[in-house]
Amino acid sequence: MRILLLAGRRLLASVPTLLIILVGLFLLLQLAPGDTVDALMAQMGGGDPAQMEKLRSFYGLDAPVAVQLGRYLLRLIRFDLGFSAIYGQPVATVIAERLPVTLLLMVSALCLSFAGGTALGVLAARRVNRWPDTLISTLGLIFYATPSFWLGLMGVVVFAVKLGWLPANGFEQIGAGYTGVQRAGDIALHFVLPTATLTLIFLAIYLRVMRAAMLEVMTLDFIRTARAKGVGETGVVIRHALRNALLPAVTLVGLQAGTLLGGSVVVESVFALPGLGRLAYESVVQRDLNMLLGIVFVSALLVITVNFCVDVLYAKLDPRIATGR
Amino acid sequence: MSLLKRFGRSPPAVIGLLLMLVVLAAALLASTLYPDDPLRLAGRPLQWPGANPRFPFGTDPSGRDIAAQILHGARVSLLIGSVATVVSLGVGILIGAFAGYFGGWVDDVLMRITEAFQTLPAFLLLLVLVAVFGSDIATVTLAIGLVSWPATARLTRAEFLTLREREFVQACRTLGMGHGQIVFREILPNALPPIIVYAGVVMASSILLESALAFLNLSDPNIASWGNMIGAGKGVLRSQWYVSAIPGVAILITVLAVSLVGQGLNDALNPRLRGRS
Repeated sequence: MRILLLAGRRLLASVPTLLIILVGLFLLLQLAPGDTVDALMAQMGGGDPAQMEKLRSFYGLDAPVAVQLGRYLLRLIRFDLGFSAIYGQPVATVIAERLPVTLLLMVSALCLSFAGGTALGVLAARRVNRWPDTLISTLGLIFYATPSFWLGLMGVVVFAVKLGWLPANGFEQIGAGYTGVQRAGDIALHFVLPTATLTLIFLAIYLRVMRAAMLEVMTLDFIRTARAKGVGETGVVIRHALRNALLPAVTLVGLQAGTLLGGSVVVESVFALPGLGRLAYESVVQRDLNMLLGIVFVSALLVITVNFCVDVLYAKLDPRIATGR
Repeated sequence: MSLLKRFGRSPPAVIGLLLMLVVLAAALLASTLYPDDPLRLAGRPLQWPGANPRFPFGTDPSGRDIAAQILHGARVSLLIGSVATVVSLGVGILIGAFAGYFGGWVDDVLMRITEAFQTLPAFLLLLVLVAVFGSDIATVTLAIGLVSWPATARLTRAEFLTLREREFVQACRTLGMGHGQIVFREILPNALPPIIVYAGVVMASSILLESALAFLNLSDPNIASWGNMIGAGKGVLRSQWYVSAIPGVAILITVLAVSLVGQGLNDALNPRLRGRS
């Protein structure tokens, strides 16, 4: 209960942060050349000024900036993100359509990179300065320095073009008419390369942190105590050291949530996945500013949600945090 | 001297330094070896590396010399990386220093803003900035610097929090020094080493951010950028994969060099960690 209370207080503290983001971005987007009506008119191939004025007052764009901002925030409380002139649909509808793809990509990459990074980090720390450590640490450094989109492209060359094992891009085989399990399998197959790309990049980060934390924890007194009372080596590593060494890596999950989302923007573009990131890219190109603001809002909510989960997990791992130190 | 010695004793740091020298040499030799515009038409498009001795790395789909673009791209990457790092460190140090030194409501306000920047995915904010202000090289560099300062601010703030109650600072106050003088002339030099080391991480991520932006065709199209080159090769990936592969290796080497040198500096400056990695 205390855990939830604590995490809830942190959640409440993120409301002003969210407000700063929204107000800041709203004002920033006022600086953009052209508004929604201009974009709409450009798409329709021009229109007369009188009609443009009418459209502006229809979208409420003729009001002063402060009034527009107030209206926008009021609508946000009701989770109304406005209307996208480009897609001809409410922004919330378009985002809701695209969100599952990004969530699937993000969550699977996060879980895989966290699990893989933890395992490899522990392994490297157990064999510190010997060949398994050198190999793992070197590979980690190289993946850390690799641009995600390039790794994805090279994955396509090897596994889709040369070997023909995996589909090169897309969300599913279009026109194949798969249903049920077969469709799920097809989608999973399409997700292998994007997920692997994103996972490898973030795995390197968790690996480094985990290795350092393990090395630090293994020198502490309670490890010696555990050994002295006769706990086996596996027990010492898993039951005693790992639980403590996990804390920095869990903190990193919260800090990296935004970066992970940013990474999926790029990876979705490489693999032509119809996700939130792809949508963000398209709205930049098409100057759909309402959509862009909506995406940023949803992304910030996502990052805040991840951080809430991290807080709860944190208190679970280290009970001292929940009892208020 | 002992710093140099400690740096030299770590093989990864030395490898990083050597790679860094290679990239620097590429950037310096670019206009000597390829004095012409690297984006001009140089020959028949899509010649494989080695097929024509004139083009050691081959040509891209528009018939541009890949080797020339790689060398000129080194210059662009290093320039964007270092300017963005300077911008990011400048903003981060300023915000972190004031938050840590003054505390109270100044700290509250500045940290809320920092938190807002950290909650917003940096790459999305970068997309928004490019959408609003356009994508010429100066804007892109500035934008990359403006999205990557929060970590520096937190680091600087932490340093200032531990330093501001030290005796030498109290002595400065007793002497009647102004806040500005205490912050920049007295505390900052003491807080600087960990921040300088962190610059390696900022520079590595700046180079990666620019290349991702360029790959999406949202960076300056009129410069030889490695990201642009990878994007240009995407269309011919199935048959001429080398067009994308070569610039990717260049990015990898540069980012690896920057982070290895940064890590080496960190280990050399932190004797506490000696013998651990």
